[in-house]
Amino acid sequence: MGAQLRIYRRRMRSVKATKKITKAMELISASRIVKAQQKVAASSPYANELTRAVSAVASLSSTNHPLTTASLNPKRAAVLIITADRGMAGAYSNAAIKEGDQLVALLQSRGLEVNSYLVGRKGINFYKFRNRKITASWSGFSDNPTYAHAKEVSDSLIAAFIADAQVDLNGVDELHIIYTEFKSMITQTPEAKRMLPLEVVESATTTGIMPMYEFEPNAGEVLNALLPRYIQARVFNAMLQSAASEHAARRRAMKSATDNADDLIKSLTRLANAARQAEITQEISEIVGGADALASASAGSE
Amino acid sequence: MSDTLLKVEVVTPEKRVWSGEATMVSARTLDGDLGILLNHTPLLGVLTDGTVSIKASDGSVNDFVINGGFISVSNNRVSILGESAIN
Repeated sequence: MGAQLRIYRRRMRSVKATKKITKAMELISASRIVKAQQKVAASSPYANELTRAVSAVASLSSTNHPLTTASLNPKRAAVLIITADRGMAGAYSNAAIKEGDQLVALLQSRGLEVNSYLVGRKGINFYKFRNRKITASWSGFSDNPTYAHAKEVSDSLIAAFIADAQVDLNGVDELHIIYTEFKSMITQTPEAKRMLPLEVVESATTTGIMPMYEFEPNAGEVLNALLPRYIQARVFNAMLQSAASEHAARRRAMKSATDNADDLIKSLTRLANAARQAEITQEISEIVGGADALASASAGSE
Repeated sequence: MSDTLLKVEVVTPEKRVWSGEATMVSARTLDGDLGILLNHTPLLGVLTDGTVSIKASDGSVNDFVINGGFISVSNNRVSILGESAIN
């Protein structure tokens, strides 16, 4: 076998091995998207109920709660960015980080300092590599977050919000979150949302006028208990959506990698065939040439 | 939806634990024990960690141990939300 042909065959073998890996990753991600979507759906009754309740208290009572009132002179803002732990998901993590950069620039143009809170190893590495300051970070659960994880993250955010930003370096006046919204299997978009001070998101299920609720023990206490949970539920929902988006992005990236491997194998096969054919042609012409030479040599000797 | 029964849901962040129709729900809020029957006034209450019992329409009694929860009642719909709910 000729040298050229051997090189083509070796490259084909390695591309085929890579294709098997990307194909397997594509199938795994595809099966996990469904699970992640089910989790998003399973968490929505709680989130909807909480949203209803929070909007009821916030709109009906005249309580001035620290979590709902905007600071007159905001000094610092916290930005939570949710990224992936692992790569191989196309532009998924980078899109979220970029959205974060835009938000940070916007906040800074308003004269605010920004504290970064990161979820996911990709975001952490991005910040570390550029020597950016990370206030707090969490990793290891981006593809399968649980409520306990969301609680851990939101507790530290709420603590930062409650702390006085004017005196405490970790205290913040505003809380923003960046996550990747799972719109469909093919569309996922990074979203920036303000969580605190409260902008109550009207849930789709809210219809008609709010009933006049009685509060037990009182509106302030109810709000005290509700708001941290509302934040936790928002963070949890963002994490679940991001997880579903991560799987979808990875599936798409791996599908195009598999397709590219297919194309590569096809063109390599063509090249290998041409090399093999060229080799045969060369051998034939060598034999014919040799036979001619022999024939003319023996003709000359007679 | 029946007009003679309460529609009750017990939900946690991770899933809907129980839903169905009931004749009575009793729970303990920060202010004390609370029983909810049909046509209760709209209410939002913070629950203490403890048991919520639901008397279902078929007569069975379902107890849930709720941790970090609250209750909301409006238009004969009762929602019990908890960080965890164990049957």
